[in-house]
Amino acid sequence: MYTFKRVATVALVLGVLSIETQAGPDLGKQIDEKDISTWDISIPPSGVGLPSGRGSASQGLVVYGDKCLACHGEDGAGKPVDALVGGVGTLKSKYPQRTVGSFWPYATTLFDYIRRAMPYAKSKALSNDELYAVCAFILAKNGIIAEDFILDAQSLPQVKMPNRDGFISAWPDKQ
Amino acid sequence: MARKKNALTNARPIAAGGLLDRRLFLSRSLSFAAAGSLAAASRAAPLEVPNYSKVPGESFRPYGEPSKFVLPTLKRGIVQPYGQLAPGAGAAFTPLQSLHGTITPASLHFERSHSGVPEIDPGKHQLIIHGLVKRPLVFDLNALLRYPMVNRTMFIECSGNSLFQTFAEAQQLPVGMLNGLVSCSEWTGVMLSTLLDEAGVDPKGNWILAEGADSASMSRSIPLQKALDDVMIALYQNGEPIRPEQGFPMRLVLPGFEGNMNVKWLRRIKVTEGPTHTKDETSKYTDLLPDGKALQFTFVMGVKSVITRPSPTMTMGAPGFYEISGIAWSGAGKIKKVEVSADGGKSWADAAIQEPVLDKSLVRFRLPWKWDGAPVALQSRATDDKGRVQEPRGKWAAQYSPGNIYHFNAIQTWQVEATGEVKNVYV
Repeated sequence: MYTFKRVATVALVLGVLSIETQAGPDLGKQIDEKDISTWDISIPPSGVGLPSGRGSASQGLVVYGDKCLACHGEDGAGKPVDALVGGVGTLKSKYPQRTVGSFWPYATTLFDYIRRAMPYAKSKALSNDELYAVCAFILAKNGIIAEDFILDAQSLPQVKMPNRDGFISAWPDKQ
Repeated sequence: MARKKNALTNARPIAAGGLLDRRLFLSRSLSFAAAGSLAAASRAAPLEVPNYSKVPGESFRPYGEPSKFVLPTLKRGIVQPYGQLAPGAGAAFTPLQSLHGTITPASLHFERSHSGVPEIDPGKHQLIIHGLVKRPLVFDLNALLRYPMVNRTMFIECSGNSLFQTFAEAQQLPVGMLNGLVSCSEWTGVMLSTLLDEAGVDPKGNWILAEGADSASMSRSIPLQKALDDVMIALYQNGEPIRPEQGFPMRLVLPGFEGNMNVKWLRRIKVTEGPTHTKDETSKYTDLLPDGKALQFTFVMGVKSVITRPSPTMTMGAPGFYEISGIAWSGAGKIKKVEVSADGGKSWADAAIQEPVLDKSLVRFRLPWKWDGAPVALQSRATDDKGRVQEPRGKWAAQYSPGNIYHFNAIQTWQVEATGEVKNVYV
């Protein structure tokens, strides 16, 4: 049965056959994708799933001052916690600074991470406009976008991060 | 007696520094000889009957605890890089120096948490499987408890384990702080492939995203190939419900893959076309190379071993017989061989490996040793059944930028000084 299940699964993955396998007792409840939306917060580089809303660096300055500055420092310079800005040219050194500007390959990751995990003391509390605005602020401080650039679901995935080509996948798979 | 005592005394080292044959104690006569030799070393005092042999002891307690005499030694070292600003971000290290088997007690299992330990009511926890599937499904714990289960003994190692060994200067810390972001448990749970099969994976699906229910909603991308192969949704650890620190009520366990992917407090699996490139697979847990580029998705943990006894911050007793003991593991398979050196890697002796040797699990190795009191440099070197061999420090470092802190699996050296002090050194 194990072997059969494996074969069937591989077949499904490869799209060769379409065999329904029911190795388990099927005790899950079906749910509509629309009812998952409150949990479905991951954003891949394509930007699929980004919510409506928009924001610019100047609006982000206010959000940053209220929610981020106490830990991440003036203009994202870091201290007491991780720097968000700077560090370009340090990746080969003994003390690399892996900031949003020097290291992060995708702007979508910034939106995804801030939305799911920040601010530390109360995550998942920023509005979509606040999220776009604070992302714009951090990207602008890194010189990646202009101060008046409007971030939204369409423009965010188009932002080319400076270290976009700085990663090599060790997993032998299509990306 | 004199003849047997001589048998140990005359045991010939098989490598420099007094390393003895790993089969020494398989010989019955030599085993007696060891006992004879130790007994002869000093004269014992007349025996007294202690009070606890005369009066009833403590009554039963519902949940057992270690003896109060050893409890202080059974403590995880805790590192909080952001201090009280983010007290739930950081790690707790397994005290490897205090453990002598291969299974880590649940209370001492290492912990890496990004935003504290959520208090999850298991009756309210839900796991969803969605994305590129025919039928998105929601499971509660009671449903999962009715699924066919498997149990399997597996190590989990943080890819940032041995972080302190990447520092410029050798740190004088217990082996648990140097290497204790690895632990090993018997995990019991439901195979993820069972649930993915029920949801019906779309042929376009090639990865999954796994996400936790903690405040950081820690998330990682996992190749579908691995998810369908041997990934478990673990519900039990060493037979009891997994601890909150380990992801109660459910976590992923990915045999051999880096610890961060073993997502705790699992709430969501999304089948996707490609990797999501989350924060913890881009800005963290990627390995800087000499040219400043970063190697991403380095999932399989390397072959590794470390001597836990003796180890740094310990002090040896008088010269004479000791047993060297340690742990070895590989994310690629089974440990095939562990060698020990007492001269900094010039000569090696095969250590005995304690059965059973399980796939992607800790093994314990041991080697008898007669320390003559002179300084020695102890090392261990593991080889797995895929032919991977633990490399010297310099060769490991040459693969990376000097700032890389991930996937350290180089040979480590404990210098035993003539004073008996054991020190961490770089060679």
